[in-house]
Amino acid sequence: MKKIFALIAAVLPALAMASTEGVHLDKHLTDLTDKASLQRGAKTFMNYCMGCHSLEHARFNRMAKDLDIPEALMMENLVFDTDKKFGDLATIGMQVEDSKKWFGATPPDLTLVARVRRPDWVYTYLRSFYVDPSRPWGVNNVVFKDVGMPNVLAALQGNQHLGTAPVTVGYDTLTGQPITEEQEHTLYLAEEGQLSEAEFDNLVFDLVNFLTYSAEPIAVERQRLGWWVLLFLAIFFVPVYMLNKEFWRDVK
Amino acid sequence: MSTNKNTLMGWIDDRLPVTQTYEKHMSKYYAPKNFNFWYFFGVLSMMMLVNQILSGIWLTMNFVPSAEGAFASVEFIMRDVQWGWLIRYMHSTGATFFFIAVYLHMMRALLYGSYQKPRELIWIFGMLIYLALMAEAFMGYVLPWGQMSYWGAQVIISLFSVLPYGDALTEWIRGDFLISGATLNRFFALHVIAVPLVIVMLVVVHLLALHEVGSNNPDGVDIKKLKDENGKPLDGIPFHPYYSVHDMVGIVVFLMVFCTVMFFFPEGNGFMLEYANFEPANGLKTPAHIAPVWYFGAFYAILRAVPDKLFGVMAMGAAIAVLFVLPWLDRSPVKSWRYKGWISKIYLVIFGINFVLLTWLGTQPATETLTMVAQIASVIYFGFFIAMPFYSKMEKTKPVPERVTGGH
Repeated sequence: MKKIFALIAAVLPALAMASTEGVHLDKHLTDLTDKASLQRGAKTFMNYCMGCHSLEHARFNRMAKDLDIPEALMMENLVFDTDKKFGDLATIGMQVEDSKKWFGATPPDLTLVARVRRPDWVYTYLRSFYVDPSRPWGVNNVVFKDVGMPNVLAALQGNQHLGTAPVTVGYDTLTGQPITEEQEHTLYLAEEGQLSEAEFDNLVFDLVNFLTYSAEPIAVERQRLGWWVLLFLAIFFVPVYMLNKEFWRDVK
Repeated sequence: MSTNKNTLMGWIDDRLPVTQTYEKHMSKYYAPKNFNFWYFFGVLSMMMLVNQILSGIWLTMNFVPSAEGAFASVEFIMRDVQWGWLIRYMHSTGATFFFIAVYLHMMRALLYGSYQKPRELIWIFGMLIYLALMAEAFMGYVLPWGQMSYWGAQVIISLFSVLPYGDALTEWIRGDFLISGATLNRFFALHVIAVPLVIVMLVVVHLLALHEVGSNNPDGVDIKKLKDENGKPLDGIPFHPYYSVHDMVGIVVFLMVFCTVMFFFPEGNGFMLEYANFEPANGLKTPAHIAPVWYFGAFYAILRAVPDKLFGVMAMGAAIAVLFVLPWLDRSPVKSWRYKGWISKIYLVIFGINFVLLTWLGTQPATETLTMVAQIASVIYFGFFIAMPFYSKMEKTKPVPERVTGGH
């Protein structure tokens, strides 16, 4: 028995390593209570993503209500399809047969993408395109190799290349200056876009924040209610506990 | 309660044994007074069964059982149906907590020898409930028609192909040459009517058998041996009101844990609602890692631990089947582990930890190291049962007291 325990103890660290395999993902500090961020994310989605990607399980009116966007503003600025009504689902006009021909694969519906891939993945993926002339759209992606999607945000981000570039590996303890090291297989910005790197990261952050909202619109309300339910149970526990105590007092 | 013929109750009792039944199963059902927290999990299992039935009924009101409509209808429930999200999470979280309660309920039986004579039938009915519950949970997981619904069903149904006439058998189960809307439809029928009906009937029989012989207790003492002048067991106490008020405490605490998970971690970190299942089923796109929901993990780990498919399926079947004969494997003269020898005690603890380990292994990708660990864990699992007739007979036991100890 001891040997078996020793063996299990020996392999446990290896198990922990095995679960973090794959590409490094940047952390997305999702904040679903930041309505301004969600609104900016919705704006980016409608302008840059919705040409090809639907949110087919989400309705415009629900989105407007949850994100504090007035109906008129929503219909005027965020719903581009003039046939759409306020209560409609956010589907798109692009036909599946067409998109399959154009991109090799139909662009997936994104309503639940943040639940399937997780926010960290989407956040990193959207910032990991690089120029690769061998691909049909001239770009490849570090997180999703040989993806069929063009870098739609290239005008904002600029063009990234994959190659040897300096990477921050730590900070000098005295001066606080970053210590950099030349590393292979690193993304670096070769041509600047309309936004600075920080501005672009913020834009993608908001977009992913919005997608996380769309994957589960009830999330914030669910947690808010949860506290009240737990509070009720905590209060209810008192009479229940005392009733039990009262009944069992005489039992020897 | 009065049985006077002149009252309404008397009138009913002459025609239907209401009072008699109430007394037999509640107010005059004498349960040992030394139950500890392990004895909550029976009533908690029953509460989760009711939760599943009620939330399930409301889910069916909006669920569309077709390959084209199922996935979207679940999202419709999550977004457009009033309180639909809560009903859905009650059902999905409920499945997990049903299994937690049932596993702990079974562990209780192992600890205190509740399967031993004269309670063999209670154990066997319990095992049948567990078997039906596994079928119920498996078919329920197919219904949302996500990637894991589809590919999980693909893996599990293909297990039957190793049996004689396997191809014909799997085709019969699927109702098609591959998993399709036909499979989804029949699983819906079985999940919402056939299997729940079987489970409810088995629960009734489980309880009837229990109330016939009486409840065991942490000491494994037979409380019916010592009775007072009125014929009531000295260590017994009426189930109602004593244990009904007592169980309420356990229910509220359990609900706190349940609600914490349901309201704050409804995906259970991908163990309850797997991330890949938020993607619609696609028969042309095999996921890189197909994992069952956590509660099937242990048996899935045993299946994968065996390199050969046929023997793997046999090992998995045996892992479940061996539980049925447990009452006849334990040849110890005492029931509770409190009075069993040290081999029984240590092996019980190891068995519990080992089962948790197997459960975890089943949810992980089968790397070389993990497969090896799963193989060792499988040997420990089977070793527990195979060695039991020997160590339970040979080891030195402690004398069992006349009266129950501890408690209140």
